[in-house]
Amino acid sequence: MDAPVLEVHDLCVKRDDRVILQAEHLQVYRGEVLAVIGPNGAGKSTLLLVLSRLLTPDRGQIQFNGQSVYELNEVVYRRKIGLVLQNPLLLNSSVFDNVATGLRFRRLPGNEVKRRADTWLNNLGIAHLRRQRAGTLSGGEAQRVSLARAFAIQPQVLLLDEPFSALDAPTRARLIEDFHELLAATSITTVFVTHDLDQALYLGDRVAVLLDGRLCQVGPPQEVFSAPANPDVAAFVGVETVIAGQVVSSQGGQIGIQADVLQLEAVGEVVVGREVFACLRPEDITLLPCGERAGSDPSPKSSARNRVAGHIKRMIPHGPLVKVVIECGFPVVALITRSSANEMELEEGSPILASFKASAVHLIPR
Amino acid sequence: MELIWEGIKEAINLLVSGDPEVWEITLLSLKVSGLATLISLSIGLPLGTWLALSRFRGRQFSLSIINTGMALPPVVVGLWVSIFLWRSGPFGSLGLIYTPAAIVIAQTIIAAPVVTGLTAATLQQLDPRLQLQLLGLGASRTQMILALWREARLPLLAALMAAFGAVISEVGASMMVGGNIRHQTRVLTTATVLETSRGQFAMAIALGFILLFLAYVVNLSLTWIQQRGAK
Repeated sequence: MDAPVLEVHDLCVKRDDRVILQAEHLQVYRGEVLAVIGPNGAGKSTLLLVLSRLLTPDRGQIQFNGQSVYELNEVVYRRKIGLVLQNPLLLNSSVFDNVATGLRFRRLPGNEVKRRADTWLNNLGIAHLRRQRAGTLSGGEAQRVSLARAFAIQPQVLLLDEPFSALDAPTRARLIEDFHELLAATSITTVFVTHDLDQALYLGDRVAVLLDGRLCQVGPPQEVFSAPANPDVAAFVGVETVIAGQVVSSQGGQIGIQADVLQLEAVGEVVVGREVFACLRPEDITLLPCGERAGSDPSPKSSARNRVAGHIKRMIPHGPLVKVVIECGFPVVALITRSSANEMELEEGSPILASFKASAVHLIPR
Repeated sequence: MELIWEGIKEAINLLVSGDPEVWEITLLSLKVSGLATLISLSIGLPLGTWLALSRFRGRQFSLSIINTGMALPPVVVGLWVSIFLWRSGPFGSLGLIYTPAAIVIAQTIIAAPVVTGLTAATLQQLDPRLQLQLLGLGASRTQMILALWREARLPLLAALMAAFGAVISEVGASMMVGGNIRHQTRVLTTATVLETSRGQFAMAIALGFILLFLAYVVNLSLTWIQQRGAK
């Protein structure tokens, strides 16, 4: 990563006097894949439309390679980027003609159009469809054509708006795999909008979180998913346990937090007296049965510094996993395998011990 | 029945022998209606596109006016064009009344709303995100519009057929502004009316056949182009 290709400052987009997108500062670096995540209606598509100059913001500045995009001719700027929308939106012509669309808009010579279109038909594994009418393609094939059409124009920045969301799971998995390889091979700077966290983790070099039109956090996926900037981001990225408390001790990087009647341990540098949210991911919580079924050792030795007792309030099947909601004065959510749940003979109402490491606790100032 | 049979025989005879007056009337009809359709296309296609793609106050009202214009009675058009082109009218000095140009003007007024209205309706049927996608692929506004026309070419050709059908078959306006003057402004429809009123059914049937045949050939050609584009 070096200089930013795209840079957004103080962006604000309103619709009917309501702010639908607000971003103080966002940079997209050369060669990176920035995954923009957020729920439906968070402003993700609006951000792409603004970046592609298809929507003029009410306020703010966008710079492309250090120059304001509003100083550039609109068409000249758009010919440096490539936009792929959620639906393939192919033209009623052959697959080849569709892939060649953007190249013909740029008035490239016929042999260059053919060369580039053929290259990308091959790269996306759809060369055998080149003469087929676009209307006869399956959803996956159509989306491959849409991607080939965008790649063929060799954009400096590729903007993608949930390009895989309308596909069935196996088709989506194959296409994401191929897309990942193509991004790695071409190093095209990409802004990729999705509400699918797995896609963001897999494809994104960095992740930007948009919630209710506000850009809440930008950073490497690991950071965003393990250290969310606020409770809203935490909830969106799957941190299901958020406990309100106050820092009561802080020594050598070890922190004591008083949460209701419980005392939790965490790591970090937070001053005593500070009110915080302690956030926990469900996969970081280990369950231990307690009571009669727990065996001889009611409190086995463990490196996990936190241990809270409660009873199982709900058990929700979650594919091969089970989400267990435990009531310990506040709800704690754990994610365990079905086989673990069966072996421990867990059922709703049974007493349980939830344990987690101090390092698994992420603190957000209140 | 004998009258009809005799009329049909006479019509075939006239057509086969290549009667010069019949040919003259046919060619004038083709020229006048073809030109009116082309002018309507050059007005209606951009206007319909603008109405379909723009957002402005009064757009819905404009569309309703255009849609009403699609059902404009030819005699009303004939009346108003006559008034305007009449010697004492606003454009009387141009000396266009009772000329083929007057018929072209009247037929253009009939066909233009048809092309405009159907163009607007056709483009509004397209996915609005297609415009964004085309612009996002680097299209200029003109390239985007051309791509949309290409995408909607089948219904747009149907609009062209509807416009040509409306003007080649109308009689009221042509009669009123053209005057049905022999060797000057007589077209197939006005000639058919005249021959029928004179009891010359053979000639009237012959002209009727030619009119139908002409409409069929033009529409067949356009249908062929349309269906070729559909493949």
